[in-house]
Amino acid sequence: MEKKEENQREEVLVFGTWANSISGRVEIALKLKGIPYEYVEEDLSNKSELLLRYNPVHKKVPVLVHKGKPIAESLVILEYIDENWPNSPKLLPQDPYQRAKVRFWANYYDQKIIPGIYTIGQSQGKERDEAIEEWSELVRVLEEGIEKDFPGKLALFEGDNISFLGIVVSSYACCYPAFHEAGSVFLSWEKNPLFWSWVNALRDYPLIKEKLPPHHRLVESLKAYQSRFS
Amino acid sequence: MAEESKVTLYGYSPCPFGKRVEMALKLKGVPYEYVEEDLTNNSQMLLSLNPVHKKVPVLVHNGKPIAQSLVILEYIDETWKNGPQLLPKDPYKRAQVRFWASFVQQQLFESMLKEFKTKGETQEEASKELFEKLKLLEEGLKSFYFDSDRSIDTEHVGLLDLVFVSVFGSYHKVQEEVLSVKTIDPEKSPLIHSWLTALLDLPVVKETLPPVEKMVAHIKFFRQRFYLPQLNDP
Repeated sequence: MEKKEENQREEVLVFGTWANSISGRVEIALKLKGIPYEYVEEDLSNKSELLLRYNPVHKKVPVLVHKGKPIAESLVILEYIDENWPNSPKLLPQDPYQRAKVRFWANYYDQKIIPGIYTIGQSQGKERDEAIEEWSELVRVLEEGIEKDFPGKLALFEGDNISFLGIVVSSYACCYPAFHEAGSVFLSWEKNPLFWSWVNALRDYPLIKEKLPPHHRLVESLKAYQSRFS
Repeated sequence: MAEESKVTLYGYSPCPFGKRVEMALKLKGVPYEYVEEDLTNNSQMLLSLNPVHKKVPVLVHNGKPIAQSLVILEYIDETWKNGPQLLPKDPYKRAQVRFWASFVQQQLFESMLKEFKTKGETQEEASKELFEKLKLLEEGLKSFYFDSDRSIDTEHVGLLDLVFVSVFGSYHKVQEEVLSVKTIDPEKSPLIHSWLTALLDLPVVKETLPPVEKMVAHIKFFRQRFYLPQLNDP
């Protein structure tokens, strides 16, 4: 009994869902750093007592629990992982200005790109076409911005490893085939060639490849979600 | 040879996000130049510095522009290591600060803005939302922010204090005057109320936040000229 408690105190728990790209971010970061953890699958239509206790404010995944102490919000969790386990590989760069740029684009992705994908899924017909155009424009801003802020390098990777920005951008974007099959095509090489190539590079990266939600299951789940809005 | 360090802050005085950056620079003792941007007339300079959001604040340090106030605050803390630290050392406490700063910035402020931008039923909904969120913050403060003896440590003003006081400092009084809504009730939100009162007493806050009358005039102007006409009037 005592040993189990002792183990639990070191324990890292991750609450997530199979389809949730955002909880995937946390797992990728932990794996990259070589930190052992236990994964807890949540059913969001029937949230567990533990989840509600650990994230009373948002009641959402992902939640990281370390030594019994919970942390919510994926970007906050990623920074925690980098600071609490400062071993290599580092998720964020060392230089404050580079860090500021990474944080800026991570926020941009979460505040503009991901909500844009929801807008597409929740609309239909002409509205959806407009939403797709708008999204493509938002991605163009991201492409130009990242090219300008990180000249001459692929900002989503740090050498052989995925970077903080790569982990962030892999959410939702890497599942685009399922989104396309369940709804409409919004990510295309024609409109966003840079983003297209970045996302496909991410999809090929082993840690991401093995964490991608099963395609058909995700397609069914997305179709069910979209039908709520028709 | 001392490194030349030129810091310029582009802000818009009614905007709380710029105020928190100013307070951070003052706390760190960093000399800076402040440039007032009139957001009703976006300048060319601003567009070139922050083409993504076209918004203030933007901090320019030795020619390098940084946007988004929370990103700027972390940059300030990491760059000027002398003087008070805006974030605690412990990673878990840092995570708590970031979590609540994001909550105040995104959730609370969003509801407050909704209140100003709407009327009637939509406004009532926004007020209810704001109240629910304040309850969550009050609960969160109990378990995280304060010492076991509930004392508020204004010796060590940090990132969360700056984010909070910049959003609520003038705005809650403004809401009372413009909307006749009492947001921060000492009975319903005792911790929030005492925290705010303690912060508003600090010299750096008093000298940075715009006077309430100026904020009231500004909000009234925005409501009349921009927000209310945008609503569909049946």
